[in-house]
Order: sequence, then structure tokens, then C-alpha cells
Amino acid sequence: MRLLLILLAAFAGDLRAGELSVAAASDLVYCLEELHAAFEKEHPAIDLKTSTGSSGNFFAQIKNGAPFDVFLSADVSYPEAVIKAGLADEESLSRYAVGRLVVWATGEKTDISSGLTSLSNAAIKKIAIANPDHAPYGRAAKAALQYFKMWDQVEPKVVYGENIAQTAQFIETGNADAGIVALALVLSPKLAKVGRWVEIPGESYPRLEQAAVVTRRGQDNPASALYIAFLRSAKAREIFDRFGFRLPQ
Amino acid sequence: MAFSPEIWQSVLLTFRLATVTTILLVLIGLPLAHWLNTSRGRGIIFLETLVTLPIVLPPTVIGFYLLIFFAPQNPLGAAWVGLTGHTLAFSFTGLVIGSVIYSLPFAVQPFQSALKAIPPTLIEAARISGANWGQIFWHISLPIARRGIGTGIILSFAHTVGEFGVVLMLGGAIPGVTKVASIQLYDEVQKLNYAQAHSIALVLLVISFALILAISLLQRHRDEEIH
Repeated sequence: MRLLLILLAAFAGDLRAGELSVAAASDLVYCLEELHAAFEKEHPAIDLKTSTGSSGNFFAQIKNGAPFDVFLSADVSYPEAVIKAGLADEESLSRYAVGRLVVWATGEKTDISSGLTSLSNAAIKKIAIANPDHAPYGRAAKAALQYFKMWDQVEPKVVYGENIAQTAQFIETGNADAGIVALALVLSPKLAKVGRWVEIPGESYPRLEQAAVVTRRGQDNPASALYIAFLRSAKAREIFDRFGFRLPQ
Repeated sequence: MAFSPEIWQSVLLTFRLATVTTILLVLIGLPLAHWLNTSRGRGIIFLETLVTLPIVLPPTVIGFYLLIFFAPQNPLGAAWVGLTGHTLAFSFTGLVIGSVIYSLPFAVQPFQSALKAIPPTLIEAARISGANWGQIFWHISLPIARRGIGTGIILSFAHTVGEFGVVLMLGGAIPGVTKVASIQLYDEVQKLNYAQAHSIALVLLVISFALILAISLLQRHRDEEIH
């Protein structure tokens, strides 16, 4: 009998009332800590459950029935694909921020003063970018390198992070000499004092419009609408500003 | 079934990694197993525990520590960069190091029990008759322990083919260098290329089944020999 109770308790970890599960792109990993603290201050009754990873990974998971209420992508195409798959309501689509790309290096001797073109220096042996197959920041990084006609030259030096946060970790540990990451990551309190960064000109890659959707599952959760409204609030905007996100159109 | 060149590349890379790892594990594992079996030192139990640890250790623990050790800020990482000009992370060599650690107990444990089964009196008799170390190993130890050693070899290979977490943390998914079949499968699933994902999954499934079947056959033969 006691064993059965323990077993039941172990299975009871699923989402309960008053909880909202948020799947968010990895560029938000630090920004979200502040956003969610502010949200929970405004709505103390709602308990947020946060998962971060690559947008493409979350899209695949949601397609396979992952229990997320809200999906914050690093682009617009994945949320649109969720809607197209009938797994989210079109009206819930909300553009919350525009991301920016930077070249980042942490080694004292690594020179990235000329931005993207520095990456072709022989001294830079490994360049980390997010996986362009399923991470929007990886796609943008590849687009920027192609725009400056550097891709073919630097491709042999490129290593791929599973998402943009792992990409930053490769550079932070020094295993990669430099790389292309989200400005939001290097502006975070955790990484602000680590290394140097140079912004990549916005015209060299497709605009990183980031959108959120409420999933079919999240529609029944009253907290979902509150959360989307919060993303557009002045308080949230102030936090997005601090992490270098531009205002969406 | 869809077998793109990328899939073949990742499957071949997986075989290369598993083969190199297994050869190294035989070279390291056999002397290590012999030493663990025969040493009476006080610290030996700790060493044996350390060797067995990867059976239960989350692969992310191995991946994390290796990433830290490989970093150029670390003396080991710096020495390697000084020697070769590139970091161990994101390299085939780095994956081999990770795999050897990850699969070590899967070689050493079967080796240990295989070597234990050799009657010490036999070795003693050979030694008295004037056989040297090499002759004893090739003509007595190896023939008696061959099935156990075979089990260790197959298990090491199979376990390395099944590696994922260590490679995900350490590899950087470079096609032909660190993007092994399990990582390729993960990427194809994220891209929603289920046809490609099915092909890789099937290849891995069939290989794993065949390897475990081979071990079962080896074990059965050994049991028949004993009885």
C-alpha cells in the first residue's frame, strides 16, 4: 500500500492548476529570469514552468504533443508552422522582440575588432554558431557569413551548438575561439563582463523577428492570455531593452 | 528508406569512432583488468570503483568535465593546443577520449571475469616449464579467456555506437568529424525529416541487435564448454 502511494506521488509531477508552462528559445535564457520574476510579482498565483532550447526542437516537440502552454520562438516561422499544423490559434501570435547578432570572443588575445571579417583570421581556429538546421540564430549567422561571402572560407572552422546558449558556452569556455551569438546573451548580467563583442550589421541577415503563440493546450489555461499581455507591457519592454532586443513592428 | 550521403557519412563515422575506441580499450583494458585482478594494494578498490563509475554516471557529467579539461584555459587543454594547434573539443580525438572513458567499464569488467576464470595453477605450471610472459599470454590466457574478451570487445563497440550525451556536449556536430549517427538522428528529428530519422534509427537498431545477439551466442558457447 505504501509502495503504491509512493508510486502515485512520483507520477503526480504533471502540471497543476495555477501553473503555466513556457517553452522559450535559448537566446531568452537569461532575459527570461528577469521577465518571469517580474511576471510572478504581478501574478503571484501563477507558477511559471520554463524550458529553454532551440526553437526547432520545441516545434518538433509541440508537434508530438509536448505539454507547453506558450511557445516563445526566436523567429516567426516556427510559431507560424505551429499554427499551420493546427496546434495553436492564429490570433494568439504575438511579435515580442527583434533579436540582434554579435561576434563574441572571450580569449584575451583573440582579436575580433573588425567584427565578422575577423573570423577569417588564421588565429581564430574554431568558430561556434548555432545549428542552422533548427536554431534561428544559427540560420541568421550563416546568412550573415554568406552575405559577406565568407561562408565557404570559414565553414571548415565552424562548430555547431545545439542551440544558441550552448554556442555561447562553447565560446565562454574557450573551446571555440570566437563565434556568433545573440546580443541578449552577452548583455546578460552573467556574461556582460566576459570577453568582447562586436555587433553584426543588421542588413546582412534576415530580421530576427521573434514571436510567441499560445498552443491549443494553453488555450484552456487562463494564465496564457495574461502572459502574452505581459510580454507587451511596459515592464517587459524595459527588460527586453536592457537585453538589447529591438521593438517589433 | 532514405539513405542520403550525410547519413552514410555519420554511420561510417560512428563505426570509425567505435573501432578506434574498442582497439584502445583492448590495449588499456586487458592490462588494467589483469592488474585489478592481481593487485592487493589498499587503493585498488577505489581504482576499481573509478573504472566502473561510467556505468552509472550521467554522460553529461563526463561531457561537462571533459569540456572544462579541454578548454585552453586549463593546463591540459593548453598543452594540447600548444602541441597540435587546435582544441580537443570538437575534434575526433576529443570524442575518442570521451568514448574510452564512457565505455571503459564495458571492456574492463568482462575482461576481469574472463581472466579470473584462468586456473592460476596452469599459469604456474607454464612458468615452471620455462614459458615467458608473452607465451603464457598467447598460448594459455588468451585461448581460455577468448570468449570473455570477445564479450568485452563487442560490448565496448556497441556502447560506443550508442553514445549520445557526451558527443552532444563535446562534439559541435561537425559533419564527418564529430556528427555521429545518434547526433544525426537527433538533428533529423528536429528538422522533422522523419524518413531520414527512421533510416538512421533502423541502422542503429539492427547493429545493436546483432551485437547483443553475438554476445549471447558467445556466452552460450562458454556455458556449454564449462558443462
